[in-house]
Parts: sequence; C-alpha cells; structure tokens
Amino acid sequence: MSDTHAHSVAFVRTETIPQMAPPSSASGPIAWMRENLFATWANALLTVSALYVIYLLITATLPWILNGIWNTDSLAECREALEGQVGACFSVLTERWNQLLFGFQYPSDQYWRPGLAFVLLFFAAAPVLFFDLPRKLLIMTAIYPFIAYWLIWGGTIWIPIFAALGFVAGYFVFDRFGKSNFAAGFFGGVAAAFAVWILSGYVTPALTPETPFLEAVQSRDMGGFMLNMILGVVCVSLSVPLGIALALGRQSSMPLIKWICVVFIEFVRGVPLITLLFVANVVLAYFLPPGTTFDLILRVIIMITMFASAYIAEVIRGGLAALPKGQYEAADSLGLDYPQAMRLIILPQALKISIPGIVNVAVGLFKDTTLVSVISMFDLVGMIRGPILASTDWNGVYWELFSFAAILFFVVCYGISQYSQWLERRLATDHR
Amino acid sequence: MTALTDPPKESFRIGMLLSDTRYRSLTFQAIALILLICAIAYLANNLVSNLQAQGLNISFEFLGAPSGYDINQTLIPYTSQSTNLQAAWVGIINTLLVAVLACATATVFGVIAGVLRLSNNWLVRKLMSFYVEIFRNIPVLIWIIIIFTIITASMPGPRDYLGEDPATALKLGYFAFTNRGIYVPAPIWGPGSGIVVGVFFASIAGVFAYRRYAKKLLFDTGKLLPMGWPSLVILIVPSVIAYFAMGGPITLDAPDPLANRFNLQGGLQIPAPLIALWFALSIYTGAFIAENVRAGIQAVSKGQTEAAAALGMRPGRIMNLVVLPQALRVIIPPLISQYLNITKNSSLAIAVGYADITATLGGITLNTSGRAIECILLLMLFYLIISLSISAVMNVYNNAIKLKER
Repeated sequence: MSDTHAHSVAFVRTETIPQMAPPSSASGPIAWMRENLFATWANALLTVSALYVIYLLITATLPWILNGIWNTDSLAECREALEGQVGACFSVLTERWNQLLFGFQYPSDQYWRPGLAFVLLFFAAAPVLFFDLPRKLLIMTAIYPFIAYWLIWGGTIWIPIFAALGFVAGYFVFDRFGKSNFAAGFFGGVAAAFAVWILSGYVTPALTPETPFLEAVQSRDMGGFMLNMILGVVCVSLSVPLGIALALGRQSSMPLIKWICVVFIEFVRGVPLITLLFVANVVLAYFLPPGTTFDLILRVIIMITMFASAYIAEVIRGGLAALPKGQYEAADSLGLDYPQAMRLIILPQALKISIPGIVNVAVGLFKDTTLVSVISMFDLVGMIRGPILASTDWNGVYWELFSFAAILFFVVCYGISQYSQWLERRLATDHR
Repeated sequence: MTALTDPPKESFRIGMLLSDTRYRSLTFQAIALILLICAIAYLANNLVSNLQAQGLNISFEFLGAPSGYDINQTLIPYTSQSTNLQAAWVGIINTLLVAVLACATATVFGVIAGVLRLSNNWLVRKLMSFYVEIFRNIPVLIWIIIIFTIITASMPGPRDYLGEDPATALKLGYFAFTNRGIYVPAPIWGPGSGIVVGVFFASIAGVFAYRRYAKKLLFDTGKLLPMGWPSLVILIVPSVIAYFAMGGPITLDAPDPLANRFNLQGGLQIPAPLIALWFALSIYTGAFIAENVRAGIQAVSKGQTEAAAALGMRPGRIMNLVVLPQALRVIIPPLISQYLNITKNSSLAIAVGYADITATLGGITLNTSGRAIECILLLMLFYLIISLSISAVMNVYNNAIKLKER
C-alpha cells in the first residue's frame, strides 16, 4: 500500500528542510512594536501622544540640566555666566549642600559624625530587613541606637552606655523570671532598667570630662535632610512596638483596655498630623509640670510616634485578623497562656503578613516628616524655604533646590517601596 | 468503681484575682482604670496650675470677639470686623471646597492613570507607572510648594493683560492666567434664570426616569431601547429651549482688561493658593487612586470576563455588567479612605497661605487670641467629625456590598 502510494507521487522530499526564521511581522522588534505600540488605531494614537509628552518633558528639562552652572557664588553671578541661555544654577547645591543635608547650625567640622551614623544605619537595618543574614548580626541593630545617639548628639559617652546598660539589666531580669511568669519578668525587667537609669543619673555628672571626646551638639542645631532621617528612623522604630501593643489591646477581650485603644487609634487617625504638630509646638507644654522644658525635637518625636503607631496598629490588626482562627485555638489547646501564645504562635505569623503594610506606613511617615517645616523647624524643606531662599545670594532659585529635595525623597521612598514589593513576592512564595 | 463527682466549689480567695482567669481580667482592668484616672488627673492638675501661673482660663468667649484680620478668599460674607467664629466658618467652607474639588479631580486622574496602566500599549503603560512612582514617592508638601512656585514665579502678572495693547492676550478671550491666580468668566444670573436652572434639574430627573423605564421594558418584554442619544437629548434640549424662551437670562462676565489700570476686573478669580493646593492634592492622590483602581480591576478573575464572553455579551456590556460591579467592590473602600486623606492633607494649605480652617482657626486666630488649647481642640474636633462621618458612610457601604455568605 505504502509502496504504490510512494510511486504514484512524482517527488517526495527525503530530508527535512532547515528551519527558517519566522517572518519579521511575527517576531523581532517590528512585531513587538506592532503588538505593543500600534495594535489598533486608538492604540497608535495613544503611542503618538505619549511620544509627544515625552518629547515635551525632554525638551523642557534636558537643556536646562545640560547648561547647568556648578561653580558660582550667587544667583547674579550664575545668571551672568549663563549669558541669557536657559540653564540651571546647580551652584546653589555645591555651595549650600552642607546646609541642605545637615542644617545651618551643625558644626561643619563634625559632619563626619552624622555621615558615619548614616552609613552604620545600613548595617543595623540589614539584619532586620533581610532574613537570610545570620541572626547574630541583630546585635548590631541592638547597639546601633546608642552609637548613633552618641555620634549625632555627641557629649559624654556615659549617657548612651548607661542607657544601654539599663536595657541589658532589664533583659537579664526578664530572661531569668519571664520564662515562668511573664508578668513578673516584664515588670521586674522594667523596674531593673529604671533602677540602673536612676543610679546613672547620680554617677554620670561625676564621670563626665570637661571636654568630651565628641563635642556636644544641641538638638535645636539639627536640621536639613539629617532631621528628616532622624525623625523618620526614630519614629518608625518606636512606633512598631507601640503599634503591636495597641493592636493587641484593640483585639483584647477586656472591654476597658479595648476601648482605650479604640479611642486612641480612631482619634489619632481622625486628625491631620499637622494638628498634632501644633499640639507639640504650643499645647503640650501646658500638660507638663510647671517649669519643665524639653526639646522641640523630643516633643515632635512623641507626637509623630503616636501618629505612626495608630496607623501601624491598624496594619497589624489586619494581620491578626487574617490569621486563621485555628491558630488561636491550637495555641489554647496546647495550654499556652496569653503572653506565650502571642509571643510564640500568633505574633510571628501576624507580623510576617503585616510587614509590607508596615513598610508602606513607614514610607508615608518619612514623607510626612517634611511637615515639621510648618512649625518652623529647619528640615530639608524648611531649610530651602527659610535660610536659603531668604538669603540675598540665592533668592529666586526654586527649581534646583526643590528638584534636589524631590530627588532625595524619591530615592529613599522608592528604594523602600521596592524592598517592600520584593518582600511581598518572597513572602507570597512561602505560603504556597 | 470511681464515681464522677463535681469538684468541690472553691470559695473566693484574694489570690484568685491573679491566678484565676475568671477574675484576672477584672484585676487588669481595674489596674488600667486606676492608671488612666491617675494619668488624666496628673495632666489636668498640670494644666490647671500652668493656666493659673499665666493667669489664663479655658473659655470660648474669644470666638465672639472681632477677628481683626482679612481673608483673601471668602465664600460667605466676612470682613476684618467679623467674629473669630465667622473666620472659622470661612475656613471650614474653604477646607470643604478644596477637599471636594480635589476629590473630584483626583478620581478622574486616578481612574485614567489606573486604566492606562493596564493598557496594551507598552509606552503608555510605562509612562503611567512613571507618573505613579514619581508622585507617590515625593512628599505632597513639596508638590504643593512646587506648583505654587510655578504659578507665582513663571506666570505673567495681571498688569501684562491690561491696556489696549497688552503684553499677553486673554486666552480664548475669556481666561487670564496670572501669578495671582486664574481669572475665569463669572455667570451673571439675570431674571428668569431660576426657571432655566429648574428645567435643567428637571431634565436630569427625566434622564433617570427614562433609563428606569427602559430597564423595566427590557426586563418585562426583552425589548431594548437605545440609551445614549435619548438621554443626551432629554438632558440638553429642554434647557436650551427654556434658555431662549426666557430671552437668554444667563450671561458671562469676562475679566475686563480695560476697566482698571492696576488689576483685572470682573470675572471670577481663582486664587493661586487654591489652584496650587487643589492641583497638587489631586495629582498626588491621583497616583494612589491609580494603584487602587489597577488592583481592583486585576482582582476580578479572568474567568469572569471569559464566562461573560461565552454567554455572548459584547465587550462594553462585559465591562459594565460583569467586571465593573465586582471591581468597584474592591476599589471603593480604599477610594473613600483616599478622600479622607485629601481632606486631612488639605490642612497643608497653611504652607501656601490658603485660608482653610487650619490657617484661620489654628493659625491667625490662635496667634492673635493666644487661646492655643481651645483653638486646637476645636480644630481637632472639626477633623474628627469629618473623618468619623466619612468612615460611618464607608461602614454602611461595606455592609451593603458585603458578599452574602453562610
């Protein structure tokens, strides 16, 4: 049968022909453009208008950036150097970079200190952000706050050392008693820490040398982007534990505790941050014992921390609610009491789910630190609007300064949100 | 044989307050209550002694006193002789005005950007993610100041529009973009314009009635009436007829470059701070809304679209009847909380000198009267009322659209 068929056909190819490349209309850049840019008439129209927008953006900014002047002392000189051409006066950045980053009162020979603290921040944050790193690195995170405080504020080294010792003492007491009875361990730890701090209050003045190794810098001298970083980092790290406590309180079965937490959270979330900053600026002093004065920075940190903790509490509450009820019941059936169940079963899982949300709150909070310029603190925006634009040399340089501020914030916030997306992808695979 | 018996009833001992879970929560709450009362008493005590030391007291009488300052934008009658309370009302209305305007435009920006981020067009997709990332990651305060600077530093002054041969002509003959704000024509409501407006509202009601009737007809008989052009006709034709029947009572009052040698006169001035705040808030929040819209549309599983297509529905109806109702369920709750954010962020008005409630009550009134506690208290109360009522609306909505499960 097959023989007769073979003979009845004039020609049968015996070898396979070599594969040909697909036609250019089916693959390659042309096909890609056809599919992605010019699929339909409407699509082609969109592409053309998008190209036009990009063209407008580039023609508006590129000559301005490329013609930029980097080495003059004032706006007038810069305008002269430009000779009427379009161009940026980036010289305001080269001349005032120190004020933009550190504020105008931080001693200029000490800039390495906040710089070093900033670099160390990466080492301290890495073990928290990346779970694959060895857990022992967390010790860096634990000692970082004390080192950073000493570097930025300077003064006697004994204040951060005793502060750290207080925490160490509290930890040891908790470790000793907390295993059998959480409450005893917890309150014992707090008491031990306070004992150390009160003792240190008597000892520190005696130990303080006349001229400390690092020159002391007052809080009111902090400014520029450094102030934004300080507020952002301090408030986020303080508000996470507070937020956990508030979220647990809101889930509590004790009505009084629950209502205290609900009222606090809803109140703080219902008012704008700016009103809380007004409170820090003008009202908080009325509620303190007569005669006490403390730093505006500290008051602002308290208010921003309260603000952030309410938002973080809501994120963590979402995490707690997302856990299957079986987890709570399993912890109960193992006979764990409330602190044990929370510490060993519930919180590790709930926090893991809420990390992306917490990171989002952190980004929002970091952006909101610019609001302190409204209560006349000289953060990055405050520096630009205050001392720099008011100076006779640079009155009228808007774009260069605000672009600089925008780029700084963009780099930090975009970096953090990219991390959050990476983490979300990673955690999502863990659940499958 | 052992017999099961109830354990003997324990009588109450003091130690059980801590060791017995039945009583322990009561103990903790009692401790918390005592601590709370102590804290409040301590703060109140400090407050009273501080106020006494400064010879102050808590009173709201300053609200009735003349404010003594001018406000550049007032929608209700106000002079510097008006009371502080009136100034606060002006501020409240200005806050609500910019919040409502910004909510509307932010929704438009957000929906357009969110839909375009899902477009098949690669370039448009990238351009939209560029927009979203740029605006989400830079503080809104910087955006407000940048846009305010664009208006005040790069637009011509009103003087350039003045005279017979101005340096800059009115745009389209009616609009003037100046560094003090935008001048637009103002409508003048002549006699009989009430009837035109009434007819217009009546025709809006007519459109709804027509759509209802068409739907009923469709469900009863299966007959499909056209929707688009009849709605348009019902909306426009009666109003136009009424307008000409009344002899054209509504006229436009364009800004007049010749009336005055120092400033543009006539028309409606939208001041620069309002524009900066409005535009910055809407473009910033629009980036967030775009992400919500994108997430909402992506949350509708592809099977839904395919199932609707298998039933033979046309793409437009698939969008309207299948995808959108399900996507809105996901989009609207975060959308409402973005509206709340706009309202709260509008308090940044103080940075560009827009007279909202924070700038009047929390700014100038606070400084001139020295009543810090009372002013901040009222300010917080206002924002709390706004946000609590918005969340109440949201809860009602969430309950209404909740998937009915077992």
